[in-house]
Amino acid sequence: MELSLATRTVDGHTVLEVGGEVDVYTAPKLRERLVELVDAGARNVVVDLGRVEFLDSTGLGVLVGALKRLRAASGTFGLVCAKEPLLKIFRITALDQVFPIYASVEAATTATASDERDGRGPAA
Amino acid sequence: MATVRLSFSPAPVHVRTARLVGVAVARRAGVAEELLDEVRLAIGEACTRAVALHRQYGLADLVTVEMSDTESYTVRVIDHAPIEASVGLTKLPPDELADESLTDEALTTGVGFALLAGFVDDLQVRPVEEGTGTEVRMVWPVARR
Repeated sequence: MELSLATRTVDGHTVLEVGGEVDVYTAPKLRERLVELVDAGARNVVVDLGRVEFLDSTGLGVLVGALKRLRAASGTFGLVCAKEPLLKIFRITALDQVFPIYASVEAATTATASDERDGRGPAA
Repeated sequence: MATVRLSFSPAPVHVRTARLVGVAVARRAGVAEELLDEVRLAIGEACTRAVALHRQYGLADLVTVEMSDTESYTVRVIDHAPIEASVGLTKLPPDELADESLTDEALTTGVGFALLAGFVDDLQVRPVEEGTGTEVRMVWPVARR
């Protein structure tokens, strides 16, 4: 299945819903969209991986790139993922220690909002 | 013995085809259903690595994926890049993953190798027997029918 990308706003957060396969062919489209969002002023970004069917190292590299970009811009970045096969990928690569990963969009937006309130700065 | 061989030009768009074929042959060979996601990911990572190396060295040569189910399900992904390109395949520690100085390419390579090593119990990376290049060999058990 091809990559699908849809953006919505939830409680002041930009939520990017990703679906389909994120691999060496499609990851550049995801990178492009994330760069566009940050360039357009998004500072609290949540990437919802709920409809992702496949994610490889190039996709993970794009997500790390977005995390770094938002850190540099004093923003927050979180992932939503509840699928065990995808969570295993984050554990094996140790990226579960790099990204804040939440079970739902609501949990992600609530957590990053409280981080900002507490002055803890960017997530992760 | 059944062997399927697939060769493709080093373009990212073909990696998905290799994954689909690799999983179809694995299923046919009798690899357990719960291992197929790992087979899909590992073949994808090995092919992504091969494509990246060919593009890095400007090689138009085909990348080859050979699947065989003689005793177990064995997949060999063969590239033709200089062998020194394979040096430095190491898993990155967590504190380096989001390091600002780490390039996207280095990160993706390190993460890709971590996935291969993490998902494939029987993994070998070795020089090809003839000519220039590297073979990534991955083996999974099959249920005998």
